[in-house]
This record gives sequence, C-alpha cells and structure tokens, in this order.
Amino acid sequence: MNEEIKLLMGNEAIGQGLIEAGCQIAAAYPGTPSTEILQAVIDNKQRAVEPLHIEWSVNEKIAFEVALAGSYSGKRSVAVMKQVGLNVAADPFMRTAYLGVKGGMLTIVADDPGPHSSQNEQDTRLFCLQGRVPVIDPASPAEAKTLIPAAFELAEKYEMNIVLRPTTRICHSRQNVALSEPVKLERKADFQKDPARWCATPAFLPALHRKLNENLEKIAIESDWQPKLTPGNGSQPRTALVASGIVYGNLVDLLEELGLAGQIDLYQVLMPYPLSPNFKQQLHQDYDRVLVLEETYPVIELQLAHPGAVGKETGAVPREGELVPDVLHQVLADFLELEQPAELADERRGQRPSLCPGCPHRAAFYSIKKCFPQGIFPSDIGCYTLGMNLGAVNTVHCMGACISQGAGFYQTYAQDGDFPTVVVTIGDSTFFHAGIPAMVNAVVQQARIIVVILDNATTAMTGGQPVPHMGVAAGGKKTKAIAIEPLVKASGVDFLETCDPYDHQQFERLLKQADDYIRSPEGGVAVLISRHGCIMDPSVRKAQDSTIITINDKCIGCRKCTNAFECPALIFDTEQNVALVDQDRCIGCGTCLPVCPVDAIVKEEK
Amino acid sequence: MKQQIIVSGIGGQGVLFLTRVIAQVAVNRGIPVLTSETHGMAQRGGTVLSTIKVGDFASPLIRAGQADIGLLLWDANLPVHKGLLKADGKLVISTERDGEGERIDAACIAREMGNPVLSNLVLLGLAIKKKALFCTEEECEEAIRQLAPKKFVEQNLEAFKKGLNG
Repeated sequence: MNEEIKLLMGNEAIGQGLIEAGCQIAAAYPGTPSTEILQAVIDNKQRAVEPLHIEWSVNEKIAFEVALAGSYSGKRSVAVMKQVGLNVAADPFMRTAYLGVKGGMLTIVADDPGPHSSQNEQDTRLFCLQGRVPVIDPASPAEAKTLIPAAFELAEKYEMNIVLRPTTRICHSRQNVALSEPVKLERKADFQKDPARWCATPAFLPALHRKLNENLEKIAIESDWQPKLTPGNGSQPRTALVASGIVYGNLVDLLEELGLAGQIDLYQVLMPYPLSPNFKQQLHQDYDRVLVLEETYPVIELQLAHPGAVGKETGAVPREGELVPDVLHQVLADFLELEQPAELADERRGQRPSLCPGCPHRAAFYSIKKCFPQGIFPSDIGCYTLGMNLGAVNTVHCMGACISQGAGFYQTYAQDGDFPTVVVTIGDSTFFHAGIPAMVNAVVQQARIIVVILDNATTAMTGGQPVPHMGVAAGGKKTKAIAIEPLVKASGVDFLETCDPYDHQQFERLLKQADDYIRSPEGGVAVLISRHGCIMDPSVRKAQDSTIITINDKCIGCRKCTNAFECPALIFDTEQNVALVDQDRCIGCGTCLPVCPVDAIVKEEK
Repeated sequence: MKQQIIVSGIGGQGVLFLTRVIAQVAVNRGIPVLTSETHGMAQRGGTVLSTIKVGDFASPLIRAGQADIGLLLWDANLPVHKGLLKADGKLVISTERDGEGERIDAACIAREMGNPVLSNLVLLGLAIKKKALFCTEEECEEAIRQLAPKKFVEQNLEAFKKGLNG
C-alpha cells in the first residue's frame, strides 16, 4: 500500500485514523486536550470516501447521543470530548454499556494528567471500569491511529461502545505518522427497530446486563488486545514492570538511558479494562514482584490484586500528577534498588497565563470589580477563568456551574437578611453548553443576581470553535443563528442589556442599573451581555481602533495598572519605579486608560 | 543520531511553530521524531515548553539533565527550564541582556522587521549558525517553506537568515 509519512500531532493522527476507518458521524464539544481531534476530521474531510457528518455539538451529552444514533443506524461513529466532558455525557454513556451499539462506535476521551488545562485529573479508565466499557490506552500518536480500525472492529464484533483514552502527552505530541487509504464500507442508514433493546425497560435489563458481562469476559481474552511482553534477559528473575499509555513510552526511554533495556520483563497493557484474566494469572504465577505504572488512578493495579504488586495503592508510585520521566526514575530506583537519582530542583512555575492584551473580558472584569468591590463573583470554564488574576472571579467549578452557584449564594445570604451583589460571569459557548437550564432555574427560584454573559463570539480557550449564535457550523458551513437575547428573555429574565465593555462608562452605568434592579421589589435575575469579539480573531483586531499607548512622566509608580488591570502589555520597571508599555505586545486598544489614577496612560497623538 | 531539544517561551511567541519546523526536518530526513507541546490555558501568555526528541525514542518527554540543546525565546524562563539541560548542553537565548549561552536580541530584530513573532525563526537561525542543532540551513529552509502560510514564507525565511548571518 502507498503510505505517506507526515508529522502529525496525536490529535491529528486520531482524526486521520477516524476518516481512514470509515467513520461517518463525528461529534464533539471542544476541550483541551481533545479539541484538535474533531478539527483534524474537519480539515481532512476531503479525504473521506463516503458521506461524513461532522458537528461541534452544544455539549458532550449531545455529541454522544448524536453519534449513538449514527451507530444504531449501522454506521461507524465517534463522540470526542475531554475527560470532564465524559461527566456531562455520563448519562447516555452508562446506559449505552447495557444497550450496546450496531455500527462501530468509539468514544474518544482525552485525559489530562497533571492537570495541564483541566479542573481535575480524573481517569477515564476508572470511569470505564465503573461503566463497564472497554477502554484502550495508546502509548504514542502513531499507535493511537493504528488502534482505531481495530477498535471499530471490536465495537462491531461485540456491538459495544469502545473508549479510546489518549492523554495530553499523546494528544499534543507530534510524531512521524503513516497515512493510508480510507476504507469504503458502503453502508446505508438502516435502523432496525428493536424496542426490547433500544427502549429497554427494567424488564429487559437483567438479560442485557448478563450479555454485557459475557461480552466483557470475551473481550478480556481477545488475542489482539492482550498485554505485550518485551522479555528480559533473566537477570531480574520473577520481577516484572507493567505500564500503560504514555507511561510505557516514558519507561522504555528511561530503561534505555539507564542501561536496563532488555533486562527486566516489561509488559505494555493496551486495554486496561477489562484486564485479561490470563495476564492476571500469569503475573500471579510467574512473578513475585510487579511494579505497576499508569496514569492517573490505579486501575490496572486494583484489578491485578497481586500480593507482590506495588503502585499507587501501595504508595510506591505518586498518586497525583503525571508520571514524567523524572518521577519514574525515582520510582524505578526505589523498586530495583538502583543508585538514587540526583535530587531535583524545586519546580519553578514561570510566567502565569493572563488574558490577552486587549481582551474584552479584562475590561468587563475591571468594571465589575470596580462597581462591586464587596461582590461575590462566581465564574466558569474558559479563558475568562483568568479573571481571577483581577480578583473578579471567586469560583470556577465546571461548565455552567456559575449561574446555579450564583443563585445558591443569593439564597444562602438572603435567608440571613441582606445580600451582597452576586455577579456571575459566563462565556457565550459555556452559556449554550450548560447555562440555559441554570438560567431558567435561577429565574424560577427568584434569585436576585447579575449574570454577565461574556460574548466574544467564539469558543476562545480551545482555539475558536463556532458558537450557536454566529450562524456557522463546523468547517465554516452556514447554518441558522440562535441569538442569545431571545433565549434569555424566554427564560423569564426582565432586565436585559447589551454593551461593549470597551465603553467602560456605559458598562459601569448598566452594572449599577442591574444592581438597582435586582434590589427593587420586582427584581430578579438581571442579564448584561458584554459583547466584543475575541481579540485572537484577526478580523476583530483589524476592525477596531488602535493607537500607540504610552505612559508619561506623571506616573507615580502606584502599580494599579499592572496589578488591578493585569494586562501583559503593561510592565513595571522596578529600577525607575514606573510602569511601561511593552509595545511588542500592546494592541493599542486603550482599555487601560481609565485605570490610571493620575491619567499617566495616554494615547500618543498621531 | 539522537538529539534532545527543548524550546521554551511564553504563549504567543511562536514556540509551537518553531517546534514544528525542527520536527519537520527530521520527518523530511526520514528519521523518527517525537515532540511534546503546551496547549490550552498556558498559551494565554504563560510559560510554555516544547520538547523534541530526534532519533530512536519512545516518549517525547525529557528528563532533567538530558537535553542537548535549549532554545529560549523568553529569558526569564532560564531558571525554570535550565535544569533540563545536560551539563554541557548548548543554550541559545533571545534576550537583550548579557549572560551565559549564545545570545541574540531576536525580539529587536523581529520588531525591526515589523512582526515581533518572527523572533522564533531569528533564534533558529542563530542555533544553526552555531551548529547546535542536528539540522542544516537548507533543511530548515525547506521545512519553513512547507509549514509557513504562503504569504509569510519569504518574511519567515528572511527572519531565519537574519539569525543565521547576525
């Protein structure tokens, strides 16, 4: 076969693998580290030899259910999400284990050990153990791609949803990856009605549950998915290393560097759940000491139940964070009684991230904090989480939580009498994802809160995926635009205003009006839409005024601009004790001008 | 041939592009390469680190004291990432200050060219001039032509040359 070798990111390799395996329905909600998977499917759609529907769904539950129906109809489908996205999709995911699928269905869930860009480091493999769903743990981008057609075949053989679990270090790794011709499956949509299965009432579930358990037993002994042994030379008898995912790759390189390659029996576990009973038995028989290396929870270790196994459960391996090579080195040195590695210097964190220069969210946050210095500020998941740097974000929990948390804060304070002004901030994409039911709830429960919808017309954090109110679907396809305002009004909100946060005077006036409203006899939820396009979008930057901003000699070195406004383009010169503008980074928006108490930040005359 | 490389900077400086250019050279030469990159929240101006392992490796991550070369676009990252370098590892840094390693004010050169983000390729040019990397000038040019958006190819090559001849 004609193979082309390309430098591909893990997520691109997976996206290409889906197209080559004949996937026809692909749905996702963006989230780091998974986002580029669907993007790669979009970017390479022209390679597909059969019709391919691709969508950025409104949330992960919807993505899963759309893909599920594709599979019910006999075609190959995929739902893609990050690890916490699976929590959102948990309801259909758990039932699918019992009911099964028809056409091959994969759920690709990208975990984020570390975590690097997530609200926790939960392990999808443990989720799969609880959900009784087989899960595959690739060790490199190229392997992830290779396993996709095999995973589809497994899904079709047992009519089960199969999970592929890459981690950040697979998703955001690049490697030489071979492309091959997409298969042509020539399937037509053919949904076979079967109420006993697709509508299964409790009466049918014991039989389905039994079938599921039988399938898991068979899958666990499938020959293609057995752990792979790289035998040692006998110098370390009755000792084994067991690893899965990227940790396996880290371990291989470490053994090589330490001159231990080929000395100890080394197993790579491709499918951590269901774990092969033959493998378990073999480990019990042939080894006295086993070191289990996996991210992030002890899924293999728990299933092994081997008296000589050490890992996270026993404390031999750190229970949190990534098993990066330096951590592995220490673990291995302890296990094999090697020379102790040199002590690592304390980890230094470097520069913290901040909202971009010119980011409209910064202007909005500054005004919110200024108007309500004593307010409570629940916020949410997205770039605007970084509003915490300005002291204008007090809680960040999970998608859409801010509105319900805001309402909860109101109820809890109001029952004691007076209540602080609660200003909730939520991005436009997050609002569509999980904010609407919370909005309805807050109105019905008569919460008196201000909700600021930070509408920058995109899903910014993950790189600018389309949002429902822009009238654009995956790949730039035109579709119907669902405006935010009528949704807010239909949720029963009577105070609704829209303002560009760059106009700080008007924005602050509206915030105060909103506060008056929530405290008035007829008050309830007040919504202010903060509308200004994401500054990462070149067309937004091009369309807005830009002047050279400088700081003149009136500067008194009070640091208000660098601390309270926290724009990366404002830097403090500790030697001269004045603030400066970094012209490489300043975009000339002028939103910092009102921040200076002595008017030292000025627009340079043209 | 084996080489372990780190590329360090802050989000928005073009660390990812520089990483891809170097890795693409390896692919063009037909040798295995693995990279690891920082995406997500840190890309909003926070410290980012790419690692590149050229040759027969299984994982893209680099252990402390194992990197052969460090390319730094943000000199304040030096204390954060220096520990990854070998004792005799080569440092190539974009900075206006004096100090250890090969240094060039790539940001200043890029600014004069009208685009501060070009400092990444200025730095690559210097690294090639100092023979710190496994790749040649011609191989880098080829990779830049492959990866840069069409209308920026010439400007990118010019930035690379400025580092090379600077």
